[in-house]
Order: sequence, then C-alpha cells, then structure tokens
Amino acid sequence: MSALPAQLDAPRGVPLGDHLARVVASGRKLLVPYVTGGLRADWTTILLAMAAAGADAIEVGLPFSDPMMDGPTIQEASSTALARGTTPSSVAAELRPLEVGVPLVVMTYANLVLRAGTRRFAHQMATAGVRGAIVPDLPLEESATWEADAAAEGVETVLLAAPVTPEDRLATICRRSQGFVYGVNLMGVTGERRDLASSSSVLARRLKALTDKPVVMGFGIATPEQAVAAARPADGVVVASALMRMALDGASPDAIAARVADLRAALDSLG
Amino acid sequence: MTAAEVPVPTALMTEPDATGRFGNFGGRFVPESLVPACQELEAHFRAAWADPAFRKRYEDVLRDYAGRPSPVTVCENLSSALGVKVLLKREDLNHTGSHKINNVVGQGLLALRMGKKRLVAETGAGQHGVATATAAALFGLECTVYMGEVDMERQELNVFRMRLLGAEVRAVRSGSRTLKDAVNEALRDWVATVGHTHYCLGSVMGPHPFPWMVREFQRVIGEEARAQCLEILGRDPDYVVACAGGGSNAAGTFAGFVGTSAQLVGVEAAGGSALGARGVPGVLHGMRSYVLQDEFGQVLEAESISAGLDYPGIGPEHAHLAEVGRARYSSADDDEVLDALQLLARTEGIIPALEPAHALAWLARAARQGEVPAGSTVLVTMSGRGDKDAEQVMKLLGDRL
Repeated sequence: MSALPAQLDAPRGVPLGDHLARVVASGRKLLVPYVTGGLRADWTTILLAMAAAGADAIEVGLPFSDPMMDGPTIQEASSTALARGTTPSSVAAELRPLEVGVPLVVMTYANLVLRAGTRRFAHQMATAGVRGAIVPDLPLEESATWEADAAAEGVETVLLAAPVTPEDRLATICRRSQGFVYGVNLMGVTGERRDLASSSSVLARRLKALTDKPVVMGFGIATPEQAVAAARPADGVVVASALMRMALDGASPDAIAARVADLRAALDSLG
Repeated sequence: MTAAEVPVPTALMTEPDATGRFGNFGGRFVPESLVPACQELEAHFRAAWADPAFRKRYEDVLRDYAGRPSPVTVCENLSSALGVKVLLKREDLNHTGSHKINNVVGQGLLALRMGKKRLVAETGAGQHGVATATAAALFGLECTVYMGEVDMERQELNVFRMRLLGAEVRAVRSGSRTLKDAVNEALRDWVATVGHTHYCLGSVMGPHPFPWMVREFQRVIGEEARAQCLEILGRDPDYVVACAGGGSNAAGTFAGFVGTSAQLVGVEAAGGSALGARGVPGVLHGMRSYVLQDEFGQVLEAESISAGLDYPGIGPEHAHLAEVGRARYSSADDDEVLDALQLLARTEGIIPALEPAHALAWLARAARQGEVPAGSTVLVTMSGRGDKDAEQVMKLLGDRL
C-alpha cells in the first residue's frame, strides 16, 4: 500500500449529499444518469454532455469481470470497457482533469475495492473528484470498514434498499446510507423493462416515511414516462441501461445527452 | 498476514461464526435483494438439520434412492503399482454417478420444507446439473440449470441427460462461458425469482449459509469413509486426498477426518489453482476466499480439461483449512491427469471422472517422489465416474491408445 498524505487537502468535486439535498429543497426531482467508465474513447465527453443536459449527479461504473447485479446491457458495457484495457486507475486518471459541476458517484463491485485496499481505493477515487460510491455486494453486514475508510477520504457510501428488505433493515439502511438512499425498484438485475415494477412506488413510500435523505429509485427505468412514475413518490431516478444501450449501439454524445434532456424535461414537468 | 492474525484452529469444520466466516474467509457479500433470502435459508437449514424427522428423510432417500452407503474399495493392483496402500471412497457408484447427489437430496428436501416450487442451479461438468435435475424430478420441482456454452459442448451427454430429466438447460454466453459465469447467471436468476425459487448451489462456495450447508450435506462421505477405514485398516489412513474445484467432495471427505491424525490433501487443477501461486484473497460469488485475479481485482479465467474444476475460486472453508495448516492444497496438470485416469482404468477396471483423476494424479506423483512414503495408507475420494468424460478423453487420447 502506498503512503497516504499526512494531511488531506479538501476533497475535490461537488459533495454528494449536500448538493442533492439542495436540489431537492429547490423542488426539482433528481436525475442521475450512468456511464460505464472506459466504455468508449469518448466516454468522458458523454459524461460531460450528460451533466450539461441536466444531470444532478452522475454514476460512473467501474467495470468488473463478474457483475452479478447487472443485466445484459451493463454486462456488455463492462466487458467492452474491460476489453479496452479499462482499470479503476485509468478511469480515475480520466476523471481527474474534468470539471463536471455535479457530484460523481462510482458504482462497482467489492472485489475491486478490496483488491486495492479500502482506504487506498477511496483515496484514489477522492483525488479523481469522486464524492460517492455504490458497492452493491457490500451489504450492511460487510460494508462498515469500507464506509469508514471512504468517509475519511470524503467519499459518501450510498446503500441499496430492496423491495424485500424488512422494515428494521430498511431503517438501518436509511440511517447509514450517505448522499442518498438508492431504492432498487424491482427484484432482479439492472436493465430496461417494458413497465415500471409495481414494487417501485411501494418501496419509495416506505423509504420516504423513514428518512429525510434524498430517495433515488433505480433499475428498469428507461423512458421519460417510467422516470416520472418512479420519481413521483420519491426524489429522483437513476437511468443506466437505456443510455448504455445507446452508447453501445454507437450513439453520439449529443444523442445520448438529448435523451438525458428528455428525461430532465419529463421530471421537471412534475415540479 | 502475520501469525497473530490467524485464528486459532479450535473446532474446525463445525459452524461458521455469526457472519458466516471460517476464520478470515466466507461471509455474505451479496446485494441487499438477496440478503433476506440468505437469512431465510440459513434459518431453515439450521432448523431442518436439527430436526430428527428431516435427517431421517434425508438419510432414507440417500439409502433407498441414491444407494448409500457407498463402498470403500481397496485397490490392490494400484497399490502395488504405486507402493502405497490405496483405498477409494466410491462416490462414483452413487445414483447419477457422483457425490453431487448427496447435496441435492438435502437441498431438494429443504426446498420442499421452505415451500419453494423451483430449483435453479449452475453446473460445470454437468454432474451437479444432472443431480439437481434428478432431485427436481424426484421431488416434483421445476428446474432450470445454467451451463456455460463451452461446457455444454464438452459435456453434451450431460446436457441431454438433464433435458431427459425434465430440466431446462440455459446456455451462458457471458464471460469465459464456463462454471464461473454459470454461477453469475444463476445468481441473477435467483434475485428475480427468490420468492418461489431455491438456488441449489452445487459446491461449498457462495454466500453464507451455502459453504456450511453444502459441507454438512456432503459430510456423509467422510463419516462413512472413516468408519469404513477403521474396519478395513483398523486405524485411520495416513493421508486423505480429494480433488477440489469449489471443493464440495473434499469438504465432505475432510469433515470425517479433520479430528484424526490423517494428513488432508486437496488437489486443484493446475490451471484453476486458487490456493496456488496465482490466487489471492478476494470476493467472488458472495464469498471471501482465494480467487485467481489480476492486480486490479478482475477475475481470471481458470483453464482445465476438467469442466468441474474449471473455477477461479475455492470454497472459503478450504482457504481457512489451508491458512491454519490443517489441510494442504496442491495441483495436477492435464497430462498427469490423463495418465492417472488410464492407470486406474488399467489396474483396477475403474474409469474415473477427470475431476477425481486429479487426486489420483497427485498421489501418483507424490508416491513416486517419496512425498508420500512407501507403505503409507491413502484414502482417495473417487468423486465421480468417467462416463461423462469418455468422449472428451477419446479425443485427447484416441491416437495414443
């Protein structure tokens, strides 16, 4: 493990929880698009275009060889990025010079975090301007060390809540989650679905009754209509596979940003 | 890791701790969506395993349906050839042809007890898939088996057997298209179907309680074998050897001998040796154990002629047994394995599956090199029969015979 600086500079980037809480307080629903780091040579152009099109935060996937929570699209995006030689270090290096203007949240799997070492991984991400992290295979019982090390570097750990999570666990998740609480709309993996799962609004209402932190719903949200329906009882949505499908099919950053702008407009109509 | 951090080996191969750990390994690294299901499974298994009626049903099915107890065969000809006394625990003689039936009978009965309607499973060599399809047919459950496309090609006969038994076999085309990817796909299925589906995991791996539960369902191998060795030898064997991919037959075998003076040896495929030089601790498939991976934590693809050992990780309890020094782990390469397979076939008239041929290959090498001294007594678990591999072995050996 490389030596850490004795005294940290103030963390770079925009603080996740503070920023999102301010947006929610202003009456606007949160839009969090996702991009797989290293997916294409121009992935940071996509990221910046998403920010310009009205994203309130951006989730950056760090590709893993065995993404067990992900459906076919994110699997393909991950393997495509890995085939290009993408690593956590290469993503961090490409993020570092960017001025995105909204918070960056990395999404990855436990083995990448633990292989680097929790503190070193958090430090690497923090110095790249990342202020939040989602590690789905570190549930409550396994995440304490990571949460503490991440917090020490100014990285907020976002925890996932599922439709099957019982009430007492849900309360603990709401208490420990930082930045926002990520509500998983459905029992299943990531990916586009024709209809928004009925479990989405039920979970959103349960979470809203338990916490004042922003509640952001994700999984299976592709269209503006689905985004509106999912965001109505919550504070916002994550949209991933629909955008990565476009990116994998060769859509330009502008075209992807136009889709983000459509989602933005639909959410703003909820006002 | 310093010696001070290694947990004291007190009650080995009993229960893991409250977090599902064996020493530093194991745990439950699953997304929140699967945590309640793992908790429910743990509670049901704990209750069932303590319930004499459940135990009796499990034992009855193993006896009357699977053909237990499996015999121990003293291999006089092989013993003469190797200079050590070799005993085989004949799991190859079980119904469906391998030790996998022990586990699926246990998990099938548990699924019924939990009110589940469907089993989902991963398979590498196809033995666990066939066993799961068998249990599903017996217990009236639906069954879906995920199998890597590469494995479907090299184990075509087992694919047909599963379909004949009424199971749906789904080809896995992601990643390396082998066992590791089949596990990913089975987990993805389970997340979406957990209300009515039980994940019938095939080895001592995955999130807690699977490594513990599967070892308990396989413990019968070692407990029978110990009693049989005492009867045949009048004492415990000097060595107990088993192959290990995920490590279920090894765990079940070792569980019967962990309290004896026998040296325990697990044999991995040289191309999938998680406890060998290239493996480091990591998290894969819901557990912390040794995993073949690169410097960034990307999991590497194992490479072996044996589809059943083609796995980049190993069960967490094996990592613990290795760390505390109670068992040691070695490997055998593909050529040694083919030699051992032929040796057993010609000396004893037993064609082993490629997986247990790894255990024999290690023994042949260790006996030749004097690592296992002449005259030692050695129990080897013959975890499966070689019928399933005949076509593949024919392609590899055809011209040489």
